[in-house]
Amino acid sequence: MTPGPDSHTVAPPDSSPTVSRVLQLDPVIWFFVLGVAAGAARADLRLPAAIYEAVSTVLLLAIGLKGGVELARDTGGLPFAEFGGIMLLGFLLPLPAFALAHYVGRLERADAASLAAHYGSVSVGTFAVVIGYLGTRGIAFEARAPVWVVLLEVPAILAGIVLARGLSGDVRWSRLLRELFLGRSIVLLLGGLVIGWLAGPDGIGPLRPLFFDLFKGILALFLLEMGLIAAAQLPTLRRHGLFIVVFGVAVPLLFAVIGAALGRVLGLSAGGATVLATLAASASYIAAPAAIRTAVPEANPALSLTAALAITFPFNIVVGIPLYERLAVAFAG
Amino acid sequence: MEQFTRRLLTIVTEAVLERELVAEFEALGVRGYTITDARGQGGRGRRQSDWTQEGNIRIEIVCEPALAERIALKMRERYYEHYAMILFLQDVNVLRPDKF
Repeated sequence: MTPGPDSHTVAPPDSSPTVSRVLQLDPVIWFFVLGVAAGAARADLRLPAAIYEAVSTVLLLAIGLKGGVELARDTGGLPFAEFGGIMLLGFLLPLPAFALAHYVGRLERADAASLAAHYGSVSVGTFAVVIGYLGTRGIAFEARAPVWVVLLEVPAILAGIVLARGLSGDVRWSRLLRELFLGRSIVLLLGGLVIGWLAGPDGIGPLRPLFFDLFKGILALFLLEMGLIAAAQLPTLRRHGLFIVVFGVAVPLLFAVIGAALGRVLGLSAGGATVLATLAASASYIAAPAAIRTAVPEANPALSLTAALAITFPFNIVVGIPLYERLAVAFAG
Repeated sequence: MEQFTRRLLTIVTEAVLERELVAEFEALGVRGYTITDARGQGGRGRRQSDWTQEGNIRIEIVCEPALAERIALKMRERYYEHYAMILFLQDVNVLRPDKF
């Protein structure tokens, strides 16, 4: 890393030229690469489903707790205008994604709407990576960032379903809404936030070793599993061709600009704008696939999941996040 | 030992459908079912069990033949078109007929 004139981070104390530093990759990203390589080579490596569940549960709780502890420190109150703006972003992001997929990509209405829902919604895994990225570099961001995840997860899925079905139709909205709002990422993030806020910086002490000190290690395991899952999508990728690759890279770039610009309008810190840009750029691979599969069954589930997992997730964590950080800094002017 | 004949309905389908199907079964009057994680390969490709998004489940219901028929019809009409699903029926012997 060469600190240029616009550098705003403190240079790392140890600047020995390790391979990782030369490639400017956070070491946890290599676990993702390992997972993809092992999966693609059909290596004898499979993490049991229970491990994935446990690892993602700890990650979500850790992110929530950390935000809650910070919120307890800062008694500034909650900015509801900001929350409204971010939620509106969630409803609006699917529109350009749908237009691109339906009119440019010539995808069926259901498939385009499904992609729009996935790309408008957010990926908690990507969020965990950007939190780790900013933490490693000592860049501060708003403690309430986990609330943004919660605000952005559901609206785009609803918008996607409306794009596919219209407002009438045979969607069982009440059950769908209950399942969406009681999804594990929302329950664990909000639960962690509340517990962290109640416990405060002192009360959280005994939980620190598991949730805070081990965060990067758990993130590494999570990314290893994500790599294996992404590799399993590669055969589908070959079937869907170039459009999905272009879409999976172009949409995050476009959405990151929108997210960073909104961060600027809302007066977020550069770190906060980086998080918001990354969230806008990320595509859901948990909440959206499950909801769309039951609400829009005629959409091809492999198409959206492959784009989100095999293209956009790797793109964001390897190339995107450092780019979005620069974007946010440039916007902050 | 006296034995009684009932129908065993086995459904193998996508894990994302679990909650919805359970609600269907309850509406149809099913009194009990067993669900296990499953993996395999079929018309819609290889399906892993290690991740809910892509996983399969195997549902077993032992009940009266008429009810098994109603469930099977409902599955065919509602889910066959868009979801990975197979089902099959067979006769089984049970010891406590009032339970099924």
